[in-house]
This record gives sequence, structure tokens and C-alpha cells, in this order.
Amino acid sequence: MTEPVLLSVEGVAVDLPTPRGNLRAVDQVDLKVGAGQTLGIVGESGCGKTMLSRAILQLLPKKAKLSGRVMFDGQDLVTLDPERLRKLRGRSLAVVFQDPMTSLNPVLTIGTQLIETLQEHLELDGLPAKKRSVELLAAVGIPAPEQRLMQYPHQLSGGMRQRVAIAIALSCEPKLLIADEPTTALDVTIQAQILDLLAREQRRRHMAMILITHDLGVVAGRTDEVAVMYAGRVVERAPTPALFKKMRMPYTEALLAAIPKIDAAPHTPLPAISGRPPDPTRPIQGCSFSPRCRYATGRCYQDKPLLIQAETPDHQYACFHPIKAAAGVSA
Amino acid sequence: MHDTRQQPLLRDPLLTVENLVVEYTVGGKTIHAVSDVSLQVARGETLGLVGESGCGKSTLGRAVLQLRRAVSGRVLFDGQDLTAMQGDALRRMRRRVQLIFQDPIASLNPRRRIGDIVAEPLVIAGVKDPKQREQLVFDVLTAVGLDPDLVTGRLPHEFSGGQCQRICIARALVLNPEFIICDEPVSALDVSIRAQILNLLEDMKARFGLTLLFIAHDLAVVKAVSDRVAVMYLGRLCEVGPSEQLFARPAHPYTALLIEAIPVPDPDVRPAESVAVGEPPSPIAPPSGCRFRTRCPRADPRCSDEVPELREVAAGQFAACHHPLIGAA
Repeated sequence: MTEPVLLSVEGVAVDLPTPRGNLRAVDQVDLKVGAGQTLGIVGESGCGKTMLSRAILQLLPKKAKLSGRVMFDGQDLVTLDPERLRKLRGRSLAVVFQDPMTSLNPVLTIGTQLIETLQEHLELDGLPAKKRSVELLAAVGIPAPEQRLMQYPHQLSGGMRQRVAIAIALSCEPKLLIADEPTTALDVTIQAQILDLLAREQRRRHMAMILITHDLGVVAGRTDEVAVMYAGRVVERAPTPALFKKMRMPYTEALLAAIPKIDAAPHTPLPAISGRPPDPTRPIQGCSFSPRCRYATGRCYQDKPLLIQAETPDHQYACFHPIKAAAGVSA
Repeated sequence: MHDTRQQPLLRDPLLTVENLVVEYTVGGKTIHAVSDVSLQVARGETLGLVGESGCGKSTLGRAVLQLRRAVSGRVLFDGQDLTAMQGDALRRMRRRVQLIFQDPIASLNPRRRIGDIVAEPLVIAGVKDPKQREQLVFDVLTAVGLDPDLVTGRLPHEFSGGQCQRICIARALVLNPEFIICDEPVSALDVSIRAQILNLLEDMKARFGLTLLFIAHDLAVVKAVSDRVAVMYLGRLCEVGPSEQLFARPAHPYTALLIEAIPVPDPDVRPAESVAVGEPPSPIAPPSGCRFRTRCPRADPRCSDEVPELREVAAGQFAACHHPLIGAA
């Protein structure tokens, strides 16, 4: 990574008490994001990707226990006092969630919500705030932005609401934007527009971004680095081209193979992953992917593999039986 | 009304939808959910039906089963007009057509045991002998990859989404239907589970000689299972054709747009700046002429004046466009 490190997640673990016992949602995760870089976090539901983003933002449920450090721009967010944290969030650390309907306030106009952010963080008021809001809405591709300021979220389509949420997130020129499944609720043609918008604004502002998604297709063309999560842990981490060309972790390989490809002939059987992700309240002793892994041997059921360095730079994986180089992609 | 002679007529259609119109009234306004759609599904084939949310694909599926009555048009199943049927006759016919929904957990009654859920269609169909019912349930659960001894006594909440979808598929298969309408059957499932369910549907189709109408918004998923694909936009059929051909050489600009918008899991394929402009208009006041014209790069005045009819643009491939990307206009 050539860019200076902006965010460094160090040994972060999140525990949630549940009626069925302790649930370790995030398990000893280390990640780094350089200024202006995009990190993709990929995983299936329940793998801990959203909990990790909430741990970074310090927006975990009250009962959750967080350990480790989240260094952002030289400060540890875990120990930062709430007032300074509040000033940071929304200003230099912004977030876009999956469902724009729940992140926007339904009883306030778009304008009120945008201007509120500008007042709070930039102390912009009155006409300048309104002018800036119009510019922001125009920048995210909303037609007739002056009229939109007076509208309520329910008067906009899902795609337009997500554009508003992005406008609010970008309003204070954040250094890091966390986009948690920003396009999952949207149709495919709208998804492409929103991903383009995020990429364009990111380049223009030299903003770092964490793009959280379950779709390997979304991260492939739009990130610098990818972290694959499974059962709360990062199981593989690599620069995006290296990950797709020389993946080492069998889970990454299986996940990619299981996606129906648009250029495959109809009725081609898909290499499915047998079984399902483990119950996070019942931790598995060895590698958490071992019950579903076709390469697993005795050792995989006993010991938990740690992230180790691959031959390629910045590439790490957690597996005792990594895929031999160049064997993975053809699957 | 349009002439169905323009349509690709199949030799042995199990299902024929003719000039189907379905409308809803919401708050005094009419939603044109399905407007003059005609299509056929041949015996033993899988027809994929794709389109974005609100394009009418689910409404079409429901209208086939007469769960939503059409304003006009006909639905012929095995030569019999379902739109003219009522009561018992319709119920008897429905045994031959089953439906699988998107949300497998929501479509199972949380208070009933799996054995009873899967046996319910048999009870309704009048299979009186409990031993026979038990045997049929046992067989169908085994067929979908579940262990009957472990699952019949349990409740839906004890199962994951993928397992619930297996149970839904078992329930749909227990009456030995000929035709299954799958409405986004894998959209709620994770990637690793999705492949299992798609493979299962393909196996079941081969094993039970099924004909499928596979409704989904994900083109790659649809292509993986379909012999032919139909594309809908805002209540109208844009294009229909053999899957491979349609994906390789789309004729309708909307089909091309959908294909282009799919994220490709390959970092060497740089995503093209999206060509999509704007968003689908409201089905309450759809645009005149071609409904896609407000977002179409090839639109001209003719597209607003004249509704394009489905025309053959290549062998077996039909598109409703005045300026198709292939075939002479």
C-alpha cells in the first residue's frame, strides 16, 4: 500500500450476548485502508461484515462487547470520548446503509436533513447551506434539486433515496466513506448507476471507501483491495487483481465458483458449496470452513488457521491447504 | 388488440398466455401491471422471465394461476382456458400447477410441523389414507435432499433459508405437478446456498419431467436454468428468445442495458460507465408508444407514437422495438 494508512483495524473482536449464549460476531480482525483507497469486504449474511463496519463506526448495539483498536486518522475510536466521536462521525467518517428508507428520517424533508448535517459539522446556515445542498443533490445526479429539497423521502424512488443518502454522507467531505451493501435493495440498472456515482465521487474527492457487499461481482471492478470474511474472521485478504487471479483460500474459490456466470451455457450445473455457514453461537474448534471444505483434512478440524503471508505482496490467507497458484480461477 | 400470429408459436405448448392484461386499482388510480402480454411455454422447457421490480413479472405469474384475475386475455393450460374456470374446476387444475415464492421462511406457517406442511396439498387434494400421505411426504422430502426422519416433526424456525426453500419445493412437488411457477426462488438466499437450490430445481425438473416458469431479476441466475428467456419492462414484453442467443445478441436496447448492468466477477473487466439513464417511469402513467423510450438511447418520435409489436429478429428471437440492435428495422 503506497498511500498513508487512514484507518487501521487492529485485533477487533465483537461479542454479542444472545439467549443461546455468547455470539462472537467479529473475531480478531486486522485491516488497513489507505487514504483514497477502496477496500471491499465480501461475505455471506451472518459473516460479521456489518458488525465489523459498526465496530469501526462505534455504532454497535449497547450490549455488544468490543475489543481491539480502531485507529482512524491517528486516533483510537474505541477510546475516544463520545463528544469528539460525534463530531468525527458524519464529518470525516461517513456511512451509507443498505436501506435508504431507514437511514433517512421519514418526517423531515430532504432539505432539512441535508442542511442539518451542514449546520452541525460545517456551521453553514441559511442561504449558503441551501446553496450547498442544491449543489450536492446535483452532484449525485438528482434532477431538479431545488424542488427535491422540499420533498419527503417517501416521495422519492429507492434509487433517488440512496442518492440523497450519499449526498448527505458526502456533504462534509469525509475522508472515509463506509458503504454497507449500498445497492443491494436496488434494481440492477440502478445499482450500476449508484456504484458509478460512488466511484466518481471517490476519485474526485480522494476519499477512502469501504465497500461492503455479498457480491464478488461488485468488488471485482471497483476496489483496490478485498477482504473475504467467513464466520466473523477475515479468511483472505489481497489486492483485488491478485485475489481473483491467485486466490488461495478454498472458501473464496468456492464462493466465486458458485455464482452463475452470464457467459456459461444454460443448464450448466453450478459447483455449489455443500452445507451452510456455522452457527456463530457454537464456535467450531478448527477452521470454521472445514465442514464445507473439499480440501479439509484432520488438522483443519483441530487447529484454527491464522492469516499467513502469500508469496504475492499484501496477500494473506488463513488455510492449511491453500489452493496452488493459478488453479483457482478455472473452477 | 395485437395479433398473436406475430408470436413465436410453439409446437407443444403447455402454457399459452394470450394478450393478457392485468390492472390494479390503488387509491382510485389504475396501475397497468401487465399490458397485452402474450407468451408460451413448451412442455418440458424452462422459460425465464426477467425484469426489474415493478415490471409485472410476478403479477403475470399470479395471473397464470388465476390468483389475480385478468382484465382481458386468456391463459390456456394444456389447451384449457383457466380464465373461464371457476370453483372446483379451477381447483382441480391448480393441482397441476404449483408456485414457489421468494421468501421461503414467510411462506411456511410457523406453527405447523414440516410433515404437516408438506402433506397439506395431499389433504386438500383428497388423499385420505394417512399411510399413503406419509409415504408420499417421505419420498418427496428425500428427493429434495432432506432427511424425513429428522425434519417432519420440526417447525420452520428450526431451519435455515435454504432448507426452508427445500421444504417449499417439496410441498410444491408432492402432488406431482406438471408446471411450476418459481417466483424469485433464490433471491433471498446467499450465494453458496443459491447454487444448491438452483441445482436442486434442475434435478427436480429432469426427474419429475417438469415445465418451469422461472421469474427472477438476476439475468445470470435466469440464464443458468432457462431454455428461453422473456424480458419484461413496465408491464410489456420487450423480447423473447433462446437464452444463449438472447444474451449473446440482444435485440431490444433494454435487454442490452440489463446485460451490461450485471457486475462481472473479474477485475479485468472494468465496469463500463453505466449507460442507463433515469429510472423506470410509474406504471400508473406509462409512456405512450414504447414504454422504454424515456430511457432508450435509440428512441425517436416514432417510438412515442406507435407501440412496437413483437417481430422476429433472428431465428426464434422476437423483439418489440422499432430500432432493434439486430435484424433490419
